[in-house]
Amino acid sequence: MADDRPRKPEDNSGVTRRDFMKVSAVGVAVPVVLGSVMDAAAEEVPIQGPGKVPITLQVNGKKLSAQLEPRVTLLDALRDNFDLTGAKRVCDRGACGACTVLMDGKPVYACAILAIDAQGRMITTIEALAEGDSLSPVMQAFVAHDAQQCGFCTPGFIVTTTNFLQKQPAPTAEEIRHGLSGNFCRCGTYDGIRAVALAHAGGKQS
Amino acid sequence: MRPFEYASPNSKEQVAALLGTSWEQGAILAGGTDLLALMKDDVVTPRRLVNVKGIDTLRGTSYQPGNGLRIGALTTIAELADSKDLAQYPMLFEAVTEAASPQIRNLATIGGNMCQRPRCWYFRSGMGLMPMTKDGKSLVVAGDNRYAAILGTQTGAYFVSPSTIAPALIAYGAKVRIYSAKASGSGVRELPLGRFFITPKSAKEREHDLKPDEMVIELIVPPPPQNLKTGYFEVRQKAAFDWPLAMAAVALQMDGNTVKSARVVMGHVAPVPWVSDEAAATLVGKTITPDTAMAAANAAVTKAKPLSMNKYKITLAKAAVKRAVLKAGGAA
Repeated sequence: MADDRPRKPEDNSGVTRRDFMKVSAVGVAVPVVLGSVMDAAAEEVPIQGPGKVPITLQVNGKKLSAQLEPRVTLLDALRDNFDLTGAKRVCDRGACGACTVLMDGKPVYACAILAIDAQGRMITTIEALAEGDSLSPVMQAFVAHDAQQCGFCTPGFIVTTTNFLQKQPAPTAEEIRHGLSGNFCRCGTYDGIRAVALAHAGGKQS
Repeated sequence: MRPFEYASPNSKEQVAALLGTSWEQGAILAGGTDLLALMKDDVVTPRRLVNVKGIDTLRGTSYQPGNGLRIGALTTIAELADSKDLAQYPMLFEAVTEAASPQIRNLATIGGNMCQRPRCWYFRSGMGLMPMTKDGKSLVVAGDNRYAAILGTQTGAYFVSPSTIAPALIAYGAKVRIYSAKASGSGVRELPLGRFFITPKSAKEREHDLKPDEMVIELIVPPPPQNLKTGYFEVRQKAAFDWPLAMAAVALQMDGNTVKSARVVMGHVAPVPWVSDEAAATLVGKTITPDTAMAAANAAVTKAKPLSMNKYKITLAKAAVKRAVLKAGGAA
């Protein structure tokens, strides 16, 4: 197979003519009469990497561009290339929630998405949730309810909680536990965080 | 993570040529929630990722009373949880709602959920599905096997099948469709979902009936027969975002108050979703009571062979079966 061809990591390739050809070779081999049938298979699929390729992300309403390898996660691109360090790198395995951002309005783990794959999606980070220099209502509620200790999980929790309360403005305690289950706090500030969500619902603070 | 090439085809016909003929050549990227973690830990090291999310025909669900439910492989777990098409399948709804966390459900696809790799810590440490010492002794048997399988371990595979949604789908009689442009005919083959999961007989084999150039394209769940009652139960350490220690998905076709036929599928007890014909047989012709549910639970684990640290899983598997049967019977 053509893709056995060894490639060096420093091979700074975007899309090359050779890359186009090796995939379209399948189609080239069939007679022209079958062209319409084989169109889909013969269509050229660009192959990018493993070197750096131009990547443009839509983050907090701005277009941000960089040269990145396909292996760079959205989280690492945000933190290392675009100076958006609010999303935290903790487990880096999609298990803790500290890197939570919104993608097309839904909470996701930024460590579980490749930056190259996040192109064309609307990314919102904790940085965009503050209202200028002042805290958002959910951020203020985290302070008021003592919902952080070391603070490392807090940005992820605030992104998730803000999105959750938009979808479920008056959640029950059970819905809060389920809706915020994708974020961990090793300090154990869960009671404070639940109080934030319950207070938003106008319910009793625990 | 090691460097890799990246391609985003927009039709399924393009995928096989991009994947190549070995697992090392190319891997399918869908939700990526499992694959990227495996790649970060060097458990799998494909030289190319083929991002299939641009293939729109593999997305979404449809339900027709005559044909049942079709689920495109790229449908996310969150989309399934929000889909009205699941209204006839309450157990499937419960399984997708309980799986993983909101952030994972927003990314992870149903196709990826079927294809996710075992959570066994030997496997995740790069020791393969059947970790052995140099003289051919199982590391799992001698080591920390608290989460290992208790059933179906004859070949020496002790990992447990990770999907919690698969047992529910199998209980509904779901089929899986697999596609490769390199396969003969239409390129599509269909098999009962239960047969998609395989217990490897050697370290070279994988746990799915899938070739390196194939991809799961859709799941078909037949229309539920009238008088079908279902029950689902997971025994977990945590209330949410946790894999179960044991689980059961039960579908009972009723004739009045008696069970006409039954499917009992257990999860996290074997290298595959474990269909217990023994448990199902005890239920046929019976009404659902705590006693008949307990009899099914006992039958489900008669062949269990626990290791040094996982005997407790027999108790939990019985509890899962008993409670799922009682839920299906409307008694709990």
